[in-house]
Amino acid sequence: MKNPVANLLAAAAVAAAAAVPAGAQTIQLNGAGATFPAPIYTKWFSEYHKLHPNVQINYQAIGSGGGIRQITERTVDFGASDGPMTPEQIQNAPGIMHFPTVMGAVVPVYNIPGVEAELKFTGPVLADIYLGKITKWNDRAIAALNPGVKLPDTDIACVHRADGSGTTYIWADYLAKVSPEWRKRVGVNTSLKWPVGVGGKGNEGVAGQVKQQPGAIGYVELIYAIQNKIDFGLVQNMSGRFLKASLAGVTAAAAGAANAMPKDFRVSITNAPGPDSYPISSFTWLLVYQNQKDKTKGKILTDFVHWMLRDGQKYCEDLAYAPLPAQVVTLEEAALARVK
Amino acid sequence: MTGRPVSFRNRRRRGRDDGGFRFWTAIFALLVLGVVAAIGFELFRNSSLSIRKFGWSFWKTSDWDPVSGEFGALPFIWGTVYSSVFALLLATPIALGIAIFVSEISPHRFRRPLAFLTELLAAIPSIVYGLWGIFVLVPAVRKVETLISKTPLHRLPLFAGPPYGIGMLSAGLLLTVMVVPFISSVSREVLRAVPLTQREAAYALGATRWEAIKVALRYGRTGIFGAIILGFGRAFGETMAVTMVIGNNPQISASLFAPQYSMAAVIANEFSEATGDLYLHALTEIGLVLFVITLVINALSRLLIWSTGRAPKRRAETPAAAAVPEAA
Repeated sequence: MKNPVANLLAAAAVAAAAAVPAGAQTIQLNGAGATFPAPIYTKWFSEYHKLHPNVQINYQAIGSGGGIRQITERTVDFGASDGPMTPEQIQNAPGIMHFPTVMGAVVPVYNIPGVEAELKFTGPVLADIYLGKITKWNDRAIAALNPGVKLPDTDIACVHRADGSGTTYIWADYLAKVSPEWRKRVGVNTSLKWPVGVGGKGNEGVAGQVKQQPGAIGYVELIYAIQNKIDFGLVQNMSGRFLKASLAGVTAAAAGAANAMPKDFRVSITNAPGPDSYPISSFTWLLVYQNQKDKTKGKILTDFVHWMLRDGQKYCEDLAYAPLPAQVVTLEEAALARVK
Repeated sequence: MTGRPVSFRNRRRRGRDDGGFRFWTAIFALLVLGVVAAIGFELFRNSSLSIRKFGWSFWKTSDWDPVSGEFGALPFIWGTVYSSVFALLLATPIALGIAIFVSEISPHRFRRPLAFLTELLAAIPSIVYGLWGIFVLVPAVRKVETLISKTPLHRLPLFAGPPYGIGMLSAGLLLTVMVVPFISSVSREVLRAVPLTQREAAYALGATRWEAIKVALRYGRTGIFGAIILGFGRAFGETMAVTMVIGNNPQISASLFAPQYSMAAVIANEFSEATGDLYLHALTEIGLVLFVITLVINALSRLLIWSTGRAPKRRAETPAAAAVPEAA
């Protein structure tokens, strides 16, 4: 009345007073871990925030190793990893639970001058190529799988991921299942002691190297290959069928593994049974403690996972992730009830 | 009458200010020492598991197997040293040539643009160099390597192996391009700081242009050596660009064609996904090794600068004269 400035100030004070309680109710959850599912997680957290404006979930894609370390030290509210935690790691983080969120797959890519056809591979052949035992593209083992394709006498140049990566973990996990020699000589991890080949940084590094180098073979995430329209080879699954990786094939692999799903979901679904299962598939997991110290946060976290298992899955296809099969969702909801 | 006490008081105050100034600058200088010591200590503490398990063999073995937990740093040390020395051997003459041309020979109106352009090269982020490496340099190198591998040169250990394109040659060349601007800009400043009288004295004694430049180079050699060390440090620690083109294969090979690895690159590549304490400690120990080697190289180069820096004083009056016999 007397002074417009004073009025304005008063209005601002009222607005601030109104804003403070609302701000105090905003609850922040922090998570960290795997980079592979980061795009879908970001999408989920923003969609969930739209439904629950008072919940803000932050996610740092620092890598699976970092995610496991941080949830072990409880510096974050949840972790995320592309590989299940090892028994030793679980000992350091008692009460940790694994929740599969989405699935991914790894595909072989190659560049052979003069070959347009889609090549067929089997697990043992891929393992022998990466062990350095098959060195030429016209090797009898490859030719036998691809009758009618004229394969040149070119050296095979293997390309692998140089950075520690869940993609490498899945690839090695598959090769170890189909090749005893791989399991003995190389093993399974996010980084390996590679018998042969060169390392490219990231999916783009591997894809770039394969594209440029005649005779090269590499492996990339299915999502990366789809989004960048890179053609890839077929891989024989457990039932003997040669499958070209697809989101449906990955979901089928998870469904195939669902019957033998362990209670803690720490399962590898590479080389899963089922005629439609693509063999180089894997879950990626959220890591959540069964006993939540902060009950409010714990409740929000379980509510989010519920939402993610049901409504959240519909965002998968757009971002080229394979959604969870219904059987796995049911199992996870039962497990989620144990989180307190 | 009044002037005296005032100036006295001023002097006293000035003395106090000087003391404070000295104190604070000393604190800042010690802070640097403290930071270096703290880095060393933290690296040591966080690699204790690996140090205890592998001891000195960490420096000498070449197994790097995260699956079985066997770690040795030799291939990474080798790759870092090889690529940096190779880059420096190429970059030093080029960079000195640029510096001499810009500061001594080039027409005046080209000097500023030339200096500006070389400095622009230094400002490009290394990830951009890395991308350029992948898409331009590596394919070109692969063509050259394919040509070489068809000649008898292929039998030399230096050019052995299949022509991948990515590998030591690409990494060395990329590092060369990256360190040239550093060495050349600092050298140029050093040459510009050489007193004109040095050159005039040389000319007065009948020196040719090249001989006069040699005089200037000798006068500024301490600074130029410092510039080369700066370039070496840059090449030694370069991570992103190197890892994109070096091939990331921990093997020790004399061949320029071979994919190899570097210390900084393996840390950057594997740290985020490393699980298990020993693995993490081994990666941290690589950082410690990098830190120690960098310290040693810097100390050695200081020593070298110090010993060459003292030499001209003894012959302070002779550098111009030294050129004369050659001119005569």
